Amino acid sequence: MSNSRGRFGVHGGQYMPETLMNAVIELEEAYNKYKNDPEFNKELKELFDEYAGRPSRLYYAKKLTRELGGAKIYLKREDLNHTGSHKINNVLGQALLAKKMGKTRLIAETGAGQHGVATATAAALLDMECVVFMGEEDTKRQALNVYRMKLLGAEVIPVKTGTATLKDAVSEAMREWTNRIDDTHYCLGSVMGPHPFPTIVRDFQSVISKEIKEQMLEKEGRLPDVVMACVGGGSNAMGTFYNFIEDKEVRLIGCEAAGRGVDTFETAATIATGRIGIFHGMKSYFCQDKYGQIAPVYSISAGLDYPGIGPEHAWLHDTGRAEYVPVTDDEAVEAFEFLSKTEGIIPAIESAHAVAHAMKIAPTMDKDKIIVITVSGRGDKDCASIARYRGEDIHE
Amino acid sequence: MSNIREAFKNGKAFIPFITCGDPDLETTKAVVKEMVANGADLIELGIPFSDPTAEGPVIQEANLRALTAGTTTDKIFDMVKELRQDVKVPMVFMTYANVVFSYGTEEFCKKASEVGMDGIILPDVPYEEKEDFVPTCKKYGLDLISLIAPTSNDRVKMIAGDADGFVYCVSSLGVTGVRSEITTDIGGMVKLVKEANPDIPCAVGFGISNAESAAKMAKVSDGVIVGSAIVKIIAANGKDSAKPVGEFVKSITDAIK
Repeated sequence: MSNSRGRFGVHGGQYMPETLMNAVIELEEAYNKYKNDPEFNKELKELFDEYAGRPSRLYYAKKLTRELGGAKIYLKREDLNHTGSHKINNVLGQALLAKKMGKTRLIAETGAGQHGVATATAAALLDMECVVFMGEEDTKRQALNVYRMKLLGAEVIPVKTGTATLKDAVSEAMREWTNRIDDTHYCLGSVMGPHPFPTIVRDFQSVISKEIKEQMLEKEGRLPDVVMACVGGGSNAMGTFYNFIEDKEVRLIGCEAAGRGVDTFETAATIATGRIGIFHGMKSYFCQDKYGQIAPVYSISAGLDYPGIGPEHAWLHDTGRAEYVPVTDDEAVEAFEFLSKTEGIIPAIESAHAVAHAMKIAPTMDKDKIIVITVSGRGDKDCASIARYRGEDIHE
Repeated sequence: MSNIREAFKNGKAFIPFITCGDPDLETTKAVVKEMVANGADLIELGIPFSDPTAEGPVIQEANLRALTAGTTTDKIFDMVKELRQDVKVPMVFMTYANVVFSYGTEEFCKKASEVGMDGIILPDVPYEEKEDFVPTCKKYGLDLISLIAPTSNDRVKMIAGDADGFVYCVSSLGVTGVRSEITTDIGGMVKLVKEANPDIPCAVGFGISNAESAAKMAKVSDGVIVGSAIVKIIAANGKDSAKPVGEFVKSITDAIK
């Protein structure tokens, strides 16, 4: 494997059509040029602070802590960012990089719509064209976000192939990129795909753990015992973990979407039910059948409804540095409601998967232990579908 | 070293592609025999994949039809074994990395070789990642076919210099599918390949839809690959595809030979 780049253990690599190889190589070169460029970083920091509202709060959830009766719980409030999720961190970075590369058009995939909205937002701000691919199934589940993207000036293309969800949106965005490369940057939304995307997205999202560390040292004078986040492709989790990887005393927990349960076919828990494969540009773990056909995964959360996981997570799993746990639809919906009622914070259904696991482990931990949960996004977009899940029909 | 070079010894080569199991494996067998009878020099057999990211809508739908019909890699190996009793021209698989990797690259190559395949095309495995597959392919006498694209530029030398079997020249940007016009300078592309590797045959694929465009491409290369145009005929004719596909293949071979 002497020629392969971007490996995390055996995972990662660049399994892409030849047509796109020079595009990903140019992207890597541009990223290496700008990542340490003071001017680029000054511009990005200004966008983060003045536009996206960083740093995001590290909030001590006193009531939640009391209700669960164990470890002290802090919430990293990525839901308070502009556009309502962590996705804006990566998008501002990539859009600025694309602009420096002379690109005038951004394309993106989206599941829940959060990454699509963030990309449409950055495109509007930086005067770029924007096209978002979204599974047709998801355009129905997340109609509000479709409208937001259009309002921001983006074109939304419903993808009807396959399961008409996130993986099909990624495939279609990749197809479009092979069709139009010169003026177009593929703004990939998670720590996945071919190198250098997993590294670029991780770096832009690592601001989450950088801030958690500083804020925690300021508030508690020590590092947390557990940091946790939900994992689909895994960008908010990678951002939450990254600056703690070397701090071995900090437990890293990724919460996967188990859908109706890991013993059913209606699940998206890749680490729990998948095996190693090659898809969407990377070697990693994927839900697949014995012939390598990618499984039609399911989760109530459109953002976690993906049959793979980023290669760095696969490596953190292999080395045992991070733990990955499955959380079902039922558990996530309960956590969605519980956090809303106890703290007055409506989390994205994706983030509710992490809250659900915290509800399991916090009561088993001593009161002097500290958990940080990244609330990756806000839950307004999910209200209609959670109402439906509870048998209530509301108009959006 | 496989028999692939034989396909280029009889003037310009015609390389048709079909998806195995579309609409069923019996039809695939009948279509292959008819294509060979009408002058096809090398057969490209697609193993269906759930998420074929390099394909346009026509071949995506063929993949879906084949998988829905219950086509599997093992059933395709059995079909090839039967086909090999009649079909002598070289045959290569076209599929995606995960189909081979997930089966077990060693096991896949061993079986492919045993049933009489000559090579494999994996559009999602570029030069940088081919070491995952090349040593195993070589061990079982299979060629891993290299692709070059209109965007390859300075990469052509490296890719062609190291190529086995033939070089698959991707005519256009984008995914597979018929095109009204091919604007890439194919002659220039082929010249770059030959500078790096004078003996390697170059076949052009993506977007070639009829005898006229095939003849044009054949003039500047060693052979032409046609996929979507044939798959469209199969989509329209189902189990009765052998005859119309044969007629179409004859129109191409007549035009390029």
